[in-house]
Amino acid sequence: MNMDGDAKRGVMTAGGTIVIDAKEMHYKELNKIIRESILSGAKNVLLENVNGQYYIGDGIKGDDITITVNGVPGNDLGVFMDGPSIIVNNNVQDNIGNTMNAGKITVNGDAGDVIGYGMRGGRIYIRGNAGYRIGIHMKGYNEQIPVIIIGGKVGSFFGEYMAGGVMVLLGLDNSEESVGEYFGVGMHGGAIYLKQKIDFSKYSKEVEFLEANDVDMSFLKKYLLEYAKDFNLSSEELIRGPFYKIVPSSARPYAHLYTSAAF
Amino acid sequence: MTKSSFTNVQSEYLAVIDHAKCIRCKRCIQNCGWGTYSFGGDKIIADHSKCVACGRCYTYCPEGAISILKNPTVMRENGNWQDYHIKNIWRQSESGGIAISGMGTPLKYKKYFDHILLDACQVTNPPIDPLREPMELKTFLGKKPSKIELDFNEDGQPVLKNKMPPQIELATPFMFAPMSYGSISLNAQKAMALAARALGIVMNIGEGGLHDELVPFGKNIIVQVASGRFGVNRDYLNSGAAVEIKIGQGAKPGIGGHLPGEKIGADISRTRMIPAGTDAISPAPHHDIYSIEDLRQLIYAIKEAINYEKPVSVKVAAVHNIAAIVSGVVRAGADIVYIDGFSGGTGAAPTIVRDNVGIPIEIALAQVDQRLREEGIRNEASLIAAGSIRSSADAVKAIALGADAVAIGTAALITMGCHVCGKCHTGNCSWGITTQRPELTRRLDPEEYGEKLYNLINAWSHEMKEVLGAMGVNSIESLRGSKERLRGIELTDSELKALGIKHAGM
Repeated sequence: MNMDGDAKRGVMTAGGTIVIDAKEMHYKELNKIIRESILSGAKNVLLENVNGQYYIGDGIKGDDITITVNGVPGNDLGVFMDGPSIIVNNNVQDNIGNTMNAGKITVNGDAGDVIGYGMRGGRIYIRGNAGYRIGIHMKGYNEQIPVIIIGGKVGSFFGEYMAGGVMVLLGLDNSEESVGEYFGVGMHGGAIYLKQKIDFSKYSKEVEFLEANDVDMSFLKKYLLEYAKDFNLSSEELIRGPFYKIVPSSARPYAHLYTSAAF
Repeated sequence: MTKSSFTNVQSEYLAVIDHAKCIRCKRCIQNCGWGTYSFGGDKIIADHSKCVACGRCYTYCPEGAISILKNPTVMRENGNWQDYHIKNIWRQSESGGIAISGMGTPLKYKKYFDHILLDACQVTNPPIDPLREPMELKTFLGKKPSKIELDFNEDGQPVLKNKMPPQIELATPFMFAPMSYGSISLNAQKAMALAARALGIVMNIGEGGLHDELVPFGKNIIVQVASGRFGVNRDYLNSGAAVEIKIGQGAKPGIGGHLPGEKIGADISRTRMIPAGTDAISPAPHHDIYSIEDLRQLIYAIKEAINYEKPVSVKVAAVHNIAAIVSGVVRAGADIVYIDGFSGGTGAAPTIVRDNVGIPIEIALAQVDQRLREEGIRNEASLIAAGSIRSSADAVKAIALGADAVAIGTAALITMGCHVCGKCHTGNCSWGITTQRPELTRRLDPEEYGEKLYNLINAWSHEMKEVLGAMGVNSIESLRGSKERLRGIELTDSELKALGIKHAGM
């Protein structure tokens, strides 16, 4: 299939998959082709030679669409995305899954900072480590439960201002503590699960540290099994407890901070 | 600390009932959102300590039997230790809390609009009579091309070759300022939506999400994206006339939004897409924006999501270095920059910030317009001025100082009955504006107040035409940034320089 009847630069089809060669392509052009491909009915899009292009999958919709990325995509991958899946066979940069509503991002590598900012639904699975401010302002609303699973360790401000959803930090291959400073600061909703027991006394006083129970584990199992499958890991090992759970002490951490002024 | 049962803070106002006139209809009891009135068996009793002088009771008393008086039991006068200092000390010593206020600052800072006079034509450069000559108020907001390229068709008529970037078309250079569902009632938002549609202007839903009932007004709505991302998804971004990134607010520069969980009922929860009862926290820093480059990244993330079909606005508070900030924001790709000045309104802000942080909009505008012109990028973005635009005169002066259009928030609320009592944060608004209590919100009829808002903007637009005519210009565009049509009075050389205007007589 050729787009609009005439071949666009770097676009071809192979077995029902639209293949786009992103080499030296500006993000504006690349994303326009992706959007047009989806509009014209493409379900599978393969991006080759991606090298830092921003906004891949920005605002795209449709549960049955899969974008596979070869190369390292740039910031804001999957921003405002609503349904599709993105598979990255490499590392990713910052702000991926920003304000994502639904869908899935799978990263076979490490991730940069601010992953899943204000995310309201869908899943982000990172095989390796991630940077600062992961899952901040995560929401969760009605049946929508955003889930982020990080395989390795993370930087500071993990779950800052988290208001809903679930994050799982596996800490695989890490002997040292897998979280940075200011863990869960301002958290007022949702839950964070850790596979590694950490000394919690030095972290946020706005949250509580518990051992995950059976209800937690049966919820987590579904996602962990999918994670194991996606990254070819031993599912048995992955779901083996104990897991530790962090929840906010209050849905209203700053309720008693204010008083009405005289005028 | 245990609460003391004794309070030093005496009643600010006295709700005085003339029992000879009172017919015991109890309308005052029903109308007061503060619980000031009760029925004592044979007469109405007032608990003065609850009165905030919101004016609802006497407006609706059929017998004119109520007077609200400033409590004559004055505090001992002291030019230095004023009432509010003393009362805030008492209040804070009881609660230990940060003092919170609604509305813009009530303190009497110098208002530069009141020290600026407009020019008019006499004899040699005749005025224009707007009653019989066309006068254009139509305003387009968005990036403009740096030069016009023309082609000519076969009839020799010029045809614009430039592809115009997306614009918001305003029939008159006014818009309603961002106010979220949560900070104000849905009925108050609906009144503005109805008026905006009838007037051909826009309202702004703030950072509280887009309620289903406002979706049909999309062409007249600016949707906002703030750090909390409430109600933001791809459909939301595509449902308005433009998207605005909220960085700051004039009443509280450097401070974020915080709608307390007690105000997040089922309907607000649905609109904001967050669980009921949780605090809606929208901190001042967007934790993904720490530089102009980061801002650019969000601007273009939004542009990609809306396929470059609508302008993206960035709202900032007027602070000391505003000219450099706006220059950066424009270079980051904003099509519109909304500048909110000191004394702008709010649903709730720490009093210390509201009353002490920021700079006046008049000076901010003059500085920004000058800077963008010097840098040759004034065409790259439109400027919206806000921060207590109280009249059409303020609006005209703001445009002459460099704005493309002005936004009104408090003035719109006053149209809906607001008496500027400054208690928006309490959720008790008797006028049904800054409250979610159903018995209060249902009294605000969107049709009725939508019509009043329509009348106000129409009246101000006519006044604008009058002064434009007097100045001998026939379009509001011709006045934009024309500082030579302004003169200052009672201003120092530094103030005149900051405003970029001459003193009267010069």
